[in-house]
Amino acid sequence: MNFDFSDAQKALKQQTRDFLRAACDTTVPRRVLEDTDEPFARDLWQQICANESPGIAIPEEVGGIGFGYLELCVVAEEMGRAIAPVPFSSSVYLAAEAILQGGSEEQKERLLPRLASGESIGTFALSEGPGQATVANLQATLRDGRLSGTKMPVPDGDVADLCVVVAKDGEGASLAVVDLAAEGVSREPVDTLDPSRSHARITFDGAEAELLGEAGQGWATKDAVFNRAAVLFAMEQLGGADACLQMAIGYAKGRYAFGRPIGSFQAIKHKLADMYIKNELARANCYYGAWALSTDAPELPVAAAAARVAATQAFHFASKENIQTHGGIGFTWESDCHLYYRRSKLLALSIGSERVWKDRLISGLERQEAA
Amino acid sequence: MDFNDTPEQAAYRAEVRAWLGANAEPRKDRPSVSRRLDAEEGLALAKAWQARKADAGYACRHWPVAHGGQGRPMIETIIYDQEEANFDVPTGFFSIGLGMCGPVMAQYATQEQQARFIPPLMRGEEVWCQLFSEPAAGSDVAGLRTRCHRDGDDWVVNGQKVWTSGAHYSDWGILVARHDSSLPKHKGLTFFFIDMKSPGIDIKPIKQINGGSNFNEVFFTNVRVPDSQRLGAIGEGWQVAITTLMNERLAVGDAPPPDFREVMKLAAACELDGRSALEDSSVREKIADWYVEAMGMKHTKARTMTALSQGKVPGPENSIGKVVSASKLQNVSSFGADLMDMGGVITDPSLMPSDALFQQSFLYSPGLRIAGGTDEILRNIIAERVLGLPGEIRVDRDVPYSDIPTGN
Repeated sequence: MNFDFSDAQKALKQQTRDFLRAACDTTVPRRVLEDTDEPFARDLWQQICANESPGIAIPEEVGGIGFGYLELCVVAEEMGRAIAPVPFSSSVYLAAEAILQGGSEEQKERLLPRLASGESIGTFALSEGPGQATVANLQATLRDGRLSGTKMPVPDGDVADLCVVVAKDGEGASLAVVDLAAEGVSREPVDTLDPSRSHARITFDGAEAELLGEAGQGWATKDAVFNRAAVLFAMEQLGGADACLQMAIGYAKGRYAFGRPIGSFQAIKHKLADMYIKNELARANCYYGAWALSTDAPELPVAAAAARVAATQAFHFASKENIQTHGGIGFTWESDCHLYYRRSKLLALSIGSERVWKDRLISGLERQEAA
Repeated sequence: MDFNDTPEQAAYRAEVRAWLGANAEPRKDRPSVSRRLDAEEGLALAKAWQARKADAGYACRHWPVAHGGQGRPMIETIIYDQEEANFDVPTGFFSIGLGMCGPVMAQYATQEQQARFIPPLMRGEEVWCQLFSEPAAGSDVAGLRTRCHRDGDDWVVNGQKVWTSGAHYSDWGILVARHDSSLPKHKGLTFFFIDMKSPGIDIKPIKQINGGSNFNEVFFTNVRVPDSQRLGAIGEGWQVAITTLMNERLAVGDAPPPDFREVMKLAAACELDGRSALEDSSVREKIADWYVEAMGMKHTKARTMTALSQGKVPGPENSIGKVVSASKLQNVSSFGADLMDMGGVITDPSLMPSDALFQQSFLYSPGLRIAGGTDEILRNIIAERVLGLPGEIRVDRDVPYSDIPTGN
């Protein structure tokens, strides 16, 4: 039994944490949150790319450094802890994964090196507005290599260079890569719960689109990509949840009321113990998801859904109860509590809500049972 | 990252599996032998099994050789327990003795006493129980009232203990009593081991809300205990008790079923709004919640196993176990009964899915949230020992015990 990261992976995690502590304290997401002209922290993104982090799990043959997914997982946890305001998840967990899962060898060779180096930013567009997207209700349509329709919210859609789009194609759905600088693409930022991560509404009007994978088979590829991304998003959520717990502990020790630290009251202790419990359950599920992702295990769909559900619950609980632990100051703009609260909801909805993932989990269990 | 044994562990597991295969029956889909038999038959069978295990070197393998163990890493004991769980063998009678009484004897008893008591404890020849809780001292066990006073070479004990598992079939027990009420509560306690057949001990079973009787009340009327059976110094009883309670946290294992698997099976068989209940999204969401908790516990244990297998001390993540599993059991049970709708109130096993397991555990599960540390005490422990939050302000710490208000 060796259910733990290796010493080298732990060292990478520590390096990433130290780097982000120095380069991305909470003033950085706050700056992006408050400055409408800065969609993401470009200086930080440049450093992350200089560290070759986007290419960690991308194979060497296609421009990455080919470490593996356990390495990417430890980096993701630290990105989440730092609530880093950069397009890492869009470009790495979604766009690059979609190309790896759905692309031809030629497409991988052409598209991935730029994503691995960070020279290009990629993203992924499924949602078309409020409500769960399904094959049946997709409006964006792919026909004869041209894409038409509107996608929103597209994470980093205002700054990305390329976008993998899920679009209706005949009776099914296809994935297509679109160059966002091309003709027939217009985009504008859209306000979201977490302005430290920019989002866009993108309108495609007969834009040139390159099929990724087989026509009509895009929905299954989307599911495969989301299963992989779910583990990585969960690692970010786990990092964020732990940051909230640490912040709440720090405050509960130092804040005095009724002549004693508020952390000596059971009402606060039990709240923080519950945060710890949820975080540990999430951590255990996330590590298992990380193992399944790194080994391409048949258990991945269920393991990923479990990690995703547990981490969504943990970050949501920790971010809201962190505000509650802080009391009035926690509700002010000036306090950092809301940075995590916003991020927790953003990540919770990024690749489908908790309800959707619970349903995927049970469907996966049913398939396992039937097999 | 992998879930494989090291070659050494795999070899040990294979050896254990072979031995179990030759000496026990595989577990079948029916109540375990401990549940099928009445207590007396069960105990006799359990004693025989424990002796067989001990003779083969599988009992208390991680204990030091000097105490009758094999001095092997803890991981081997865990591997044995994992493998034994696949076999239908009687369990439960010795967990207090092996988990709590043995270690405390090993730490505090004289060499002669250890030689006399530990081997029969380990072989299951003598059964041990623990006498800490009292009607007025549950979570606040240091507030206990059972008195002891010195009389020549003996101590004389008077008072009452409660929630004592197995008192009626135990040969020996460990006991904390108050020798001096004028001292602050933690300082006036002394620790003993006692002969459960001593004159003046009266044992009465407690009837629980599920109708069962797994515990007892134990009354002491002028019970004499030789001073040679004192463990630790006079007034050191609390420190000795604490070492024992630390062991209890590890000794209290998993919550029994039903879990998400059983609910899923039940939901597939139940009809809700004219279709399988398993198609209902509210049912699916709940099962997903329990799955995540159950897997969280399973993988947390894998993390603990990893630490042990690397010879490290497990991290604090282990402390969440009972808080999660006890509540889950209660919620799963209640929900299982809900799925049966109006019929869910029936408790006759012959009429019900899973032999009325959900109904039985509905009535049993409240006890798990209390036994071995209440949910609330466990949360305090996590908050104070793991998260480093300041201790509760104690109004009763530095005053004489006799001055502490007692209420009801």
